[in-house]
Amino acid sequence: MPRAENQLEESTNAHPCAECCTSRLVSRRTVLKSALGLGVSLHFASIAESAETDPKKLRPQIGDIFLFSAGAHQGQVVTLNNLPEGGPPAFAYPLDPKTQTLRDGSRLNRVLLVHLAQAALTDPTRAVAAEGVVGYSAICPHTGCDVSGWQADTQHLICPCHTSTFDPKDRARVVGGPAPRSLPLLPLQIADGKVTVAGAFSARVGAEQK
Amino acid sequence: MNQVIRLMPFVLMTLVSLLSSPVTAQSPVPYTPVTAERLLQPEADNWLMYRRTYDGWGYSPLDQINTKNVATLAPSWTFSTGVEEGHQSPPIVNNGVMFITTPKNQVLALDAKSGEILWRYRRELPEDLFQLHPTNRGIALYGDKVFLATVDAHLLALNAKTGEVVWDQTVENYLTGYYMTLAPLVARGKVMVGVSGGELGIRGFIQAFDAETGKPVWKTHTVPGPGEKGHDTWPGETWKTGAVSIWVTGTYDPQLNLAYWGTGNPGPFLSEVRRGDNLYANSVIALDADTGEIKAHHQYHWNDAWDWDEVSAPLLLDVKRPGKSFKALVHAGRNGYLWLLERHADKITFVDATPFVHQNVFTKLDPETGRPSYDPQRIFGVGKRAEFCPSLSGGKTWPPAAYNPQTGYLYIPANENLCSALTGKQETYTAGQLYMGVDFSDIEFVPRPEAKQHIGELQAWDLNAGKKAWTVKFKSHNWGPVLTTGGGLVFMGGTNDRYFRAFDAKTGKQLWQQRTNSGVVGVPTTYQIDGVQYIAVQSGWGVDAQRVQEFLDKAWGVKTFIPQGGVLWVFALRK
Ligand code: FES
Repeated sequence: MPRAENQLEESTNAHPCAECCTSRLVSRRTVLKSALGLGVSLHFASIAESAETDPKKLRPQIGDIFLFSAGAHQGQVVTLNNLPEGGPPAFAYPLDPKTQTLRDGSRLNRVLLVHLAQAALTDPTRAVAAEGVVGYSAICPHTGCDVSGWQADTQHLICPCHTSTFDPKDRARVVGGPAPRSLPLLPLQIADGKVTVAGAFSARVGAEQK
Repeated sequence: MNQVIRLMPFVLMTLVSLLSSPVTAQSPVPYTPVTAERLLQPEADNWLMYRRTYDGWGYSPLDQINTKNVATLAPSWTFSTGVEEGHQSPPIVNNGVMFITTPKNQVLALDAKSGEILWRYRRELPEDLFQLHPTNRGIALYGDKVFLATVDAHLLALNAKTGEVVWDQTVENYLTGYYMTLAPLVARGKVMVGVSGGELGIRGFIQAFDAETGKPVWKTHTVPGPGEKGHDTWPGETWKTGAVSIWVTGTYDPQLNLAYWGTGNPGPFLSEVRRGDNLYANSVIALDADTGEIKAHHQYHWNDAWDWDEVSAPLLLDVKRPGKSFKALVHAGRNGYLWLLERHADKITFVDATPFVHQNVFTKLDPETGRPSYDPQRIFGVGKRAEFCPSLSGGKTWPPAAYNPQTGYLYIPANENLCSALTGKQETYTAGQLYMGVDFSDIEFVPRPEAKQHIGELQAWDLNAGKKAWTVKFKSHNWGPVLTTGGGLVFMGGTNDRYFRAFDAKTGKQLWQQRTNSGVVGVPTTYQIDGVQYIAVQSGWGVDAQRVQEFLDKAWGVKTFIPQGGVLWVFALRK
């Protein structure tokens, strides 16, 4: 229902807390810029920050490719060609192509890959997308469910648990529901036709821990 | 790793002497152990379990606060929990010590008179946990322990005096979709809990643990396995993912030694993949508290296709009908019918049932057994959309009804004028993933035109006469658990306008209201200390109330803002 969602957007913008919303935006941009410009150092940072040593549980690493974790292509490598343009999104786990380690040791590594028309993406989103393919954490920042719903008419991602709605065309910003922040973004590139990780997640993956 | 913050008396003394006059210096509140006898016959001043008494009435005989003076009820103290989401648990009070829980399995022990914090327990939940129902419905007490069922499917015993973990028992693996939201039920030295996860293809069960040691005593599946009675009501392998969650604390008849539990819907929602009655879904089951054996059951409706979990346990009370007085089980169903059953040692018999909200699925009930027949148009299938009333969340879902022996009325927190629609899809089961046979975008809430005028209701039913006595209507949908008292009062919040209200139990006339921080979805309780009666309730909107609000907003193209964040409110008469 596009009308309702537009209204929602307006009411968010018109919220008396305009300042905090702005600062949220700024911080997201900052993160994004860092992710763009400093992909490599972020990559190291993510390793350094994490005490995780099990490669199956490590968050996606630069150069990882993806295997579909569900659906008709389950177990196959995700390529530009087997991701339908316009959606729906695919669930995938990162795979280290050198060691063939599938990073499915933690559900927090589930990634949503959506193939969208490049023209539909906002500039900052296009900059981290790979030929229209965008990657996001599949874990809802509200209470941690898999964001498995897809609304085809608006091309929105929906979390079935409490209806948080995200726009994958615009850095998966929250357009509805209780999620406190957007889905962490995973920079991508295409290498040998395969969808490949180009940087670390833009933010901590998982539910709010307050 | 868990965190307990305990405020030692000397810390309090120091704080008090620094900050205020020394006359208010706190002494530690002595703790009175909870015995089996006290659970059977709780003192009027206390509220020792989920509904105060085993019969599930939600009734306290206290009458200092009554119809004549409730207009002067005012906040005595409040306490911020620091947590968002649905605050549904009752303040449990044992001789001056109060326990509340919050989402994320925090337990707070407070001085029930002064509001001073005694200790706080916070569970460090696994980072890969997901919570479909971020809530907790309260603790149980026994001996000097506090029992907590956690959202990562553990059962904990805490030291009531310190909040320290005495034992921690894994009930199931949360990664496969099991979790717990209910307040445990304690009887005969055992702690009984049941599991949730009905949307995730679990196989439900109720399990009892030894209160002292935490050792498992018995475990009874709510979906019978091979060789068990009722197994043939599930085709093929469907029993393995048959759901039938336990969401809410059972009631208990000590004479029969039977614990009565309401059971959830079968999974997946899509009924055509599990043709059959699907026992013991949407039922009341009576379990022997010593062995866990299912001694009797009554299935309210078979092969559910509407997500109508019959989560609430029936209330146990005596009903008088012309020429007959009997021990009843009373249940206001999510399926929109008010069920009156008779309980026996070895069976449950049907007495009558009547719709308390608009219901368009049942075409008739068998007069002998109560088994409903269905309108096939109201059953969705793969690619077949079906609309039905009441909605997915039913005529009444988890918020408990209450019974007042003075009026003889049952008080039902109901929702009217809301319907739903579902469309099915084929789905394969993956452990720990949603398994509903319905795509999220194919779940709809369809308000009837009348819903613009009102949805929420508080209904009073005269069970002896078999008639509704009165109804209070609210514009908002209603998620308010009900408390009723010897003061002739009924207390309930539940609406999205953040009010907590008191009504005359005889007439339904509203006598008092207080606007709170958030929407009140907590179970209200009452207790008395040093001759002063208090009413206590948590205000903290979230979970299903929030979800249905989102659906309604979508249907109506509006955006409703209901602030979140829990606060405990404690009221007393103005001096
Ligand atoms: S976990 Fe996604 S909306 Fe709550």
